[in-house]
Amino acid sequence: MFNVEDVRKDFPILSRQVNGKPLVYFDNAATSQTPQQVIDAIVDYYSNYNANIHRGVHTLSQEATDLYEQARHKIQTHFNAKFSHEIIYTSGTTHGINLVANGFSSLLKKGDDIMVSALEHHSNIVPWQMLCERTGANLKVIPMNEEGELVMSAYADLLSENTKLVFVNHISNALGTINPIEDIIKRAHNVGAAVLIDGAQSSPHIKPDVQKLDVDFYVASAHKMCGPTGVGMLYGKEEWLKKLPPYQGGGEMIAEVTFEKTTYADLPHKFEAGTPNIAGGIVFGAAIDYMNSIGFENIAAFENELLEYATDKLLEIEGLKIYGNSKHKTSVISFNLEGIHPYDVGTILDKLGIAVRTGHHCAQPIMDFYKIPGTIRASFAFYNTKDEIDALVAGVKKAKMMLS
Amino acid sequence: MSIEDIQNEIIDEFSMFDDWEERYQYMIDLGKDLPLINDQYKTDSNIIKGCQSKVWVHAEMKDDKIVFTADSDAIITKGIIAILIRSFSNQHPKDIINAETDFIDQIGLKEHLSPTRANGLVSMVKQLKMYAIAYQTQLS
Repeated sequence: MFNVEDVRKDFPILSRQVNGKPLVYFDNAATSQTPQQVIDAIVDYYSNYNANIHRGVHTLSQEATDLYEQARHKIQTHFNAKFSHEIIYTSGTTHGINLVANGFSSLLKKGDDIMVSALEHHSNIVPWQMLCERTGANLKVIPMNEEGELVMSAYADLLSENTKLVFVNHISNALGTINPIEDIIKRAHNVGAAVLIDGAQSSPHIKPDVQKLDVDFYVASAHKMCGPTGVGMLYGKEEWLKKLPPYQGGGEMIAEVTFEKTTYADLPHKFEAGTPNIAGGIVFGAAIDYMNSIGFENIAAFENELLEYATDKLLEIEGLKIYGNSKHKTSVISFNLEGIHPYDVGTILDKLGIAVRTGHHCAQPIMDFYKIPGTIRASFAFYNTKDEIDALVAGVKKAKMMLS
Repeated sequence: MSIEDIQNEIIDEFSMFDDWEERYQYMIDLGKDLPLINDQYKTDSNIIKGCQSKVWVHAEMKDDKIVFTADSDAIITKGIIAILIRSFSNQHPKDIINAETDFIDQIGLKEHLSPTRANGLVSMVKQLKMYAIAYQTQLS
């Protein structure tokens, strides 16, 4: 049975104070907090298994390699990939996107279309703009509406046989909108285009099934899933990963090296040059274990309860506007107080020990759409409480009083 | 009044307050009273980079002294600028260049001095001093 008070005991940081007040951590969309089980896994690795992997004949190296590959298998199982070699360790979502964008440099030609959505994070825009500069391909944008949803009819109009690649986030980091990716993937495949889904914001809330989705690439970061920073994963269908050239050269990714010619290692090592983030990879597995022990159904149900509660309470404040009102959204509330800059509200909330994000959330095109400099974003996780939301609401009221 | 005297005056004013709330409320009020920059100077080239909110600063020379005017779209930022400008405006460039900014710490706004802080107080101070250096070069 899910009990938030029990869950909170797993997170040591939740009992600290900030500016003399109990910490209220509502910046989960930026990074999640770390449970003791995951912290223990980091300590356990460095205390008992630290060695370089895939090359030593000694026991320690073997054990570390086994743990690293077991974690890859956990990630494979969690995302339901067909093969474990379809899981590439990355430094995070941004790295995964760049790896694919780089790979497509040799597959695109002038006049091809690639398509992004209006709801993207800069990290799912800029690498593709760079790809367009390299190849002469055109960047098309699926528009959004006032509710913060993608306009699917416009998407259908933009698709053509020139479309080679579509990349959309599963959930918008700035607004929390859950995009209809099943439909997006199906329609893209109908014209022969590949699809990359940025799962940075969805993987903490939803357990995606990459085979059922029939998605070509899916990227995620461990640090949004109660894991450490600096590690993430790229799922790619085997056929695509075989087609893409290596991203970086170095150790680990080779089969044989001579000065005349180098042959590359098989998947997944072809894309994993150099000594990887071994501890990070292993602990990513521990984080996935932890989240599954809580249960994604429990997580989604409880976070949805928090979202509804917070939405109702915040909307009671006069002059407060929420951006992104899709019926399908996760526990993210982006809002502003009329006539007040989000930065000012964020500063007052910080003095009250409440951590929210203010600014454009690395999604300037969305802010431009609403013609605002930014928003205050409160994003909730399964270890947050209604009492904390009450503290946020009281804080926003105080900020409004002080700043008006 | 010298920069140091003005800064001591500001320290005195802030010493009346017991907690952060009163300090911030006063800073917000100072922000509201900040003499507004002429709209023609609210240009992109006058924006100080490094702030999450927009900050415009304009400087001009009057009788060997620099007069600063500024604005921001965020009120707390405006309060910080108001404090800085009160201390630096109508002063000789040389004095601005040599001025200390420790008083920010003494009035309980230390957290805004961190270079990583998104409000860019550090960038603001740097920009005001850059103007002073530029005018000082003209004078000498």
